[in-house]
Amino acid sequence: MAKKFLNPEQKKRRYLANAKRYAVIGAFLLPYIILFATFFIYPFFYGIYISFFRWNVFDTASSTFVGFENYQKALFGIGDITIWREYFWLGLKNTLIFVLISVPLLILVPLIIAILIDIQPRGYKAFRVIFFLPTVLSISAIGIIWKWQFDTNNGFINGIINLFGGESVSWLNTQPGAWIAILVTTVWWTIGTNTVILGAGLKEVDKQLYEAAELDGCNYFQVLRHISLPAISNQMIICTITTVIASFNIYGQPALLTGGGPERSTTVLMMFIRGQLTGTNAQPGLAAAMAILMGLLIIMVSIGQLIYNRRAVNR
Amino acid sequence: MAIRSSVRRRKRVAFWVLLVLSIVWMLPLVWAIGTSFKSAEEITNNVLGIIPMNATFKNYQDLFADVSQYPILRWMANSFIIASLHTALYLVIASAAAYAFSILRWKYRNLVFGILITTMMIPSVANIIPLFSMVVNFGWLNDGWRSFLALIIPGLGGVFGLFIIRQFFINIPREVVESARIDGLSDLGIFFRIIFPLGKSALMVAGLFAFMGSWNDYLWPSIIGSVVMDPNFLTLQTGLASMQSSNNYEYGKTMAAAIISIIPVIIVYMFVQDKIIEGVSHTGLKG
Repeated sequence: MAKKFLNPEQKKRRYLANAKRYAVIGAFLLPYIILFATFFIYPFFYGIYISFFRWNVFDTASSTFVGFENYQKALFGIGDITIWREYFWLGLKNTLIFVLISVPLLILVPLIIAILIDIQPRGYKAFRVIFFLPTVLSISAIGIIWKWQFDTNNGFINGIINLFGGESVSWLNTQPGAWIAILVTTVWWTIGTNTVILGAGLKEVDKQLYEAAELDGCNYFQVLRHISLPAISNQMIICTITTVIASFNIYGQPALLTGGGPERSTTVLMMFIRGQLTGTNAQPGLAAAMAILMGLLIIMVSIGQLIYNRRAVNR
Repeated sequence: MAIRSSVRRRKRVAFWVLLVLSIVWMLPLVWAIGTSFKSAEEITNNVLGIIPMNATFKNYQDLFADVSQYPILRWMANSFIIASLHTALYLVIASAAAYAFSILRWKYRNLVFGILITTMMIPSVANIIPLFSMVVNFGWLNDGWRSFLALIIPGLGGVFGLFIIRQFFINIPREVVESARIDGLSDLGIFFRIIFPLGKSALMVAGLFAFMGSWNDYLWPSIIGSVVMDPNFLTLQTGLASMQSSNNYEYGKTMAAAIISIIPVIIVYMFVQDKIIEGVSHTGLKG
């Protein structure tokens, strides 16, 4: 305000008040910011740094700078050594297979359940609690439980197949059984979040619109298509993006159910990266390079989705 | 009238479809619980039985008889200590930051917060290797107890909980804060006496997610555990996984361990499911 007419005494007081104000802000903010910078921002750059080294985690001073060697190893192979290239591309291929099949399922199944719950039949709140329950369980417990469901001799699923006269399937050791087991487990485990998010969107839709449309002679599927789905487009976008990212990061399901088999056909990229990180022949630098390539891919896919969605919404 | 009856029919159809689906959803869990009470013989001969014909506690007894190899109660205690400390620290640190991002006013506040939110886009996979190298260098993996630091601290910089708490704080009316200030309360006083009690529900949601995330985490603890190599300092999740991948994999014992690990979670879930579901639904609405 009247800044010009402050005498030195007032200036000093104002300065002190400001300093105190910023000290208070700093005191509230700094603990978090320091942790955030140390464990989220710094590792990001440190990881890029590591990827240019033949890195030794336990004696970092002995690490040797190798330039782009790790990236070359992962992407193209070096001379006769093509094993890492094979691992990288195989892991990427397996991860992409999982992403392409799981994402539609992880959107569609929650959407159907959310629509059914939004009709608000008897006990709909209890149903929501049931479908969300697996989400709070840990992958290691789920791995044990589902590995047994798919067990060839003592498993529940083959038990049911046998009951109807079918032959036992060796789910976890053959394809496509292994992928089916991983997908079923994933759908069972993770639909809760998307169901709740989509359901929250549906709940906001004005139900009088439904009635008006039905009075005009629309059937329920037309109502869903032309009123409900456009109304929850925001939630759909959020769910799709977060689900794609989560599916790229798949690790626990194949690691615990199939161990990556049969014949590495379900060994996803995260498992190859994890395998390079520790152990006697660990190559953390190579693991870092693979992780950064994978991270770049995830970022590109996310940005691509955002651009696509913005266009679709604007149209 | 036609619409009324069609609504009623729709509700009926939805009810039956959901009922069948939710039975399908719960069946694996119920079967697993039942199977954990089966004898070795019944596991092979009575595959489909959900309720064992001769229920036995043998699997559980075997599990607890073998504590030196599979110290499951110890693992649970480890996980509980880690998740509790992580949650308590995170709530204090993140809500203080949320206070600075909502109640306090300063230049570039929203810009800095926007940058924080954008960093959620950084894929976590890129951070695992450098974080591992860091905690090794800190000496946190030199002994069992210290390895807990590697499981408690790195997650404290997480953005998600801060975001939930801040969204709540920012909707607290300014007058509440101003009148407290006129009453002579310092920022610390306002934070602890006014904002903390008002924000209880948001803190509860953020705390639940922090606890669940820490309790259920698998990949990171498995990396830490593979270096520490002391079964006494595994978390529940890495302990369970070690049982499953061990060479003499025993069905009954392993299933009993899995069931023991999920029972407390299911009980807690029953009490707080409305908070969790409400918290999740908000992340979608205000994303």
